[in-house]
Amino acid sequence: MDVAAGQLFTGLSLGSILLLAALGLSLTFGQMGVINMAHGEFIMAGCYTTYVVEQLISATGVALIVSLFAGFLVGGLLGAALEMGLIRWMYDRPLDTLLVTFGVGLVLQQAVRDIFGAPAKNVVAPDWLTGGIGIAGTVVPKTRIFIMVLAVVAVIALATALKTTPMGRRIRAVVQNRSLAETSGVSSRLTDVSTFFIGSGLAAVAGVALTLIGSTSPTIGQSYLVDAFLVVVIGGLGQIKGTVIAAFAMGLLNSFVEYSTTATVAKVIVFIVVVIFLQVRPQGLFTVRTRSLA
Amino acid sequence: MHDSSRRDRASRLMKAITIPTALALSAVMIAGCGSRDSDTASGSNAKSCVDTSKDTIKIGSLHSLTGTMAISEVTVANATKLAVDQINAAGGVLGKKVEVVLEDGASDPKTFAEKAEKLVSSDCVAAVFGGWTSASRKAMKPKFESLNSLLYYPVQYEGLEDSKNIFYTGATTNQQIIPALDYLKQKGVTSLYLVGSDYVFPQTANREIKAYAKANGIEIKGEDYAPLGSTDFSTIVNKVRSAKAGAVFNTLNGDSNVAFFREYANAGLKAAEMPVVSVSIAEEEVGGVGVQNVAGQLTAWNYYQTVDTPQNKAFVSAYKAAYGANKPTSDPMEAAYTSVFLWKATVEKAKSFAVADIQKAADGVSFDAPEGTVTIDGSNHHITKTARIGEIHPDGLIYTVWDSGKAIQPDPYLKNYDWAKGLK
Repeated sequence: MDVAAGQLFTGLSLGSILLLAALGLSLTFGQMGVINMAHGEFIMAGCYTTYVVEQLISATGVALIVSLFAGFLVGGLLGAALEMGLIRWMYDRPLDTLLVTFGVGLVLQQAVRDIFGAPAKNVVAPDWLTGGIGIAGTVVPKTRIFIMVLAVVAVIALATALKTTPMGRRIRAVVQNRSLAETSGVSSRLTDVSTFFIGSGLAAVAGVALTLIGSTSPTIGQSYLVDAFLVVVIGGLGQIKGTVIAAFAMGLLNSFVEYSTTATVAKVIVFIVVVIFLQVRPQGLFTVRTRSLA
Repeated sequence: MHDSSRRDRASRLMKAITIPTALALSAVMIAGCGSRDSDTASGSNAKSCVDTSKDTIKIGSLHSLTGTMAISEVTVANATKLAVDQINAAGGVLGKKVEVVLEDGASDPKTFAEKAEKLVSSDCVAAVFGGWTSASRKAMKPKFESLNSLLYYPVQYEGLEDSKNIFYTGATTNQQIIPALDYLKQKGVTSLYLVGSDYVFPQTANREIKAYAKANGIEIKGEDYAPLGSTDFSTIVNKVRSAKAGAVFNTLNGDSNVAFFREYANAGLKAAEMPVVSVSIAEEEVGGVGVQNVAGQLTAWNYYQTVDTPQNKAFVSAYKAAYGANKPTSDPMEAAYTSVFLWKATVEKAKSFAVADIQKAADGVSFDAPEGTVTIDGSNHHITKTARIGEIHPDGLIYTVWDSGKAIQPDPYLKNYDWAKGLK
């Protein structure tokens, strides 16, 4: 029993991590069609923001909370800069965005290596997040619970923002029919920039969370990039609920397969399931219904 | 209009990329299970182009300055440089100043092989000092053999190998892993859980550990490998916790240790109840892992910064003077530093930079290293080393809790152990 419970929590926490990593991507890739290979480096930017904030504020608990906001801002600004400086010139050319953002990712990695050095940095988790809580005969690390809560908060915040705020309405309008939205007086430029700001900011929030479990090193983002893309593609482009379901499905599948086999076999099986799924349902779990003619 | 077509195009492209990538990654992972000796000799049997007519002699330094292994290897390259600087300050080798050509292996075995060939064939270095992962060494080995050049490899490894073109200056199994197992057995540990990265070293080391365990009545409760660079250890730690072994033997490499030890500590597992013995984290990595997550855990190495010899005091203070007072020294760094001095001593004994002369002169060459005196064994190109079990303290340093007292003769093929018969 405790094994099943342990793997259930492991799967849910892995799902939460995948969800945090993929949430921003579901905006920039799902809604805007930009294949942003620098997404992993925005995650990394969140990790290093946490490290810097922790150096400035010695109280780790306060530093973590501050980092969540600082990370969102740093990631968002990086994303907005990328959109304004490069991506705006190459909408409609997905292959070019892929190559350009891949290059930007490499530049960001090297920049971090030059500034902070190659070895991993140690981000200290606050006292209230050390150790674990016994639930259903298993021990769940508090950091994992924090990440699950953070993922839920991030999804709710994003969904609410898209549904209720004027900016959210503008984003949805542009996604559904760019020309009509422009005719109605919505600035699609401003909307593109703000979508990128939010998407990249969320990536950095994922990075802040990752400092609690993984290493803060220049290559950390790469470990999550492929998984994040898989989650968005499985979920269906531009679909937050699809992203949520896909993330948890992948997390749970991975943790249960890994328990009875090995980490390597689990990854292979997850890949195979994804490939089969995309053959059966190439559009992913959900599809966005648009009013455009194309 | 163009908005949804934009998205569709991206989506088609993404799928076109995702599926082959996923399949390719799966194939690589399956293939990665076995050790793959990279492409063998390219057939180039070029004559050495080492230029001994000038006032300087070139050597190569080849480590991962980028990628997942950079956390460990950058400092090793620094230690090589420190030895060269000291040798130059004292007059050089055979009257020549030593010049280092620095290359980046980028944590990728194929890159290591390419850069090794470049260093030997186009930079014409007299010897190369480098490598960390066994995969990088296995990839470089055929290059050094076909080009007939020399590699000094400074990291402990799984043994079962020798080459007249490689000097192994880190520990082989009987100088590190077997003493660690002896130590655990003597402490009354009767069961082990094996956790490692999924590649050559951990897989081979674990086969040796299992053979030892079988012969010594130690139960192996489980064995798990994580892909190199993996950062999610919750499932593995869950398995370890339910297995309730006497100790965990950890052969993880690089950044994975950070995630593993954090998860281990957070899951409430303690060194006092189930200690983790690591063979690949040293002082430099303790900082990145976070000392609060590893304090009390054990390591098996030949050298710690705290080793009390006059040679080590000089080494530590010289390193700190060159790279910063808060920079620790570690076992592979010490071996890299020692390598350069062993090369120098061998060259001076041979009175030549030629590979054949160095190979002929190598047997019995000694150096008073920071870890204690080491001597080259000419029959297998390994060196004698003192084994030390250490405990990580909250100050981030590792203190010896047991040592072998004298330098242990290298036995890479474990010829002196009956239980090791049949290991290949």
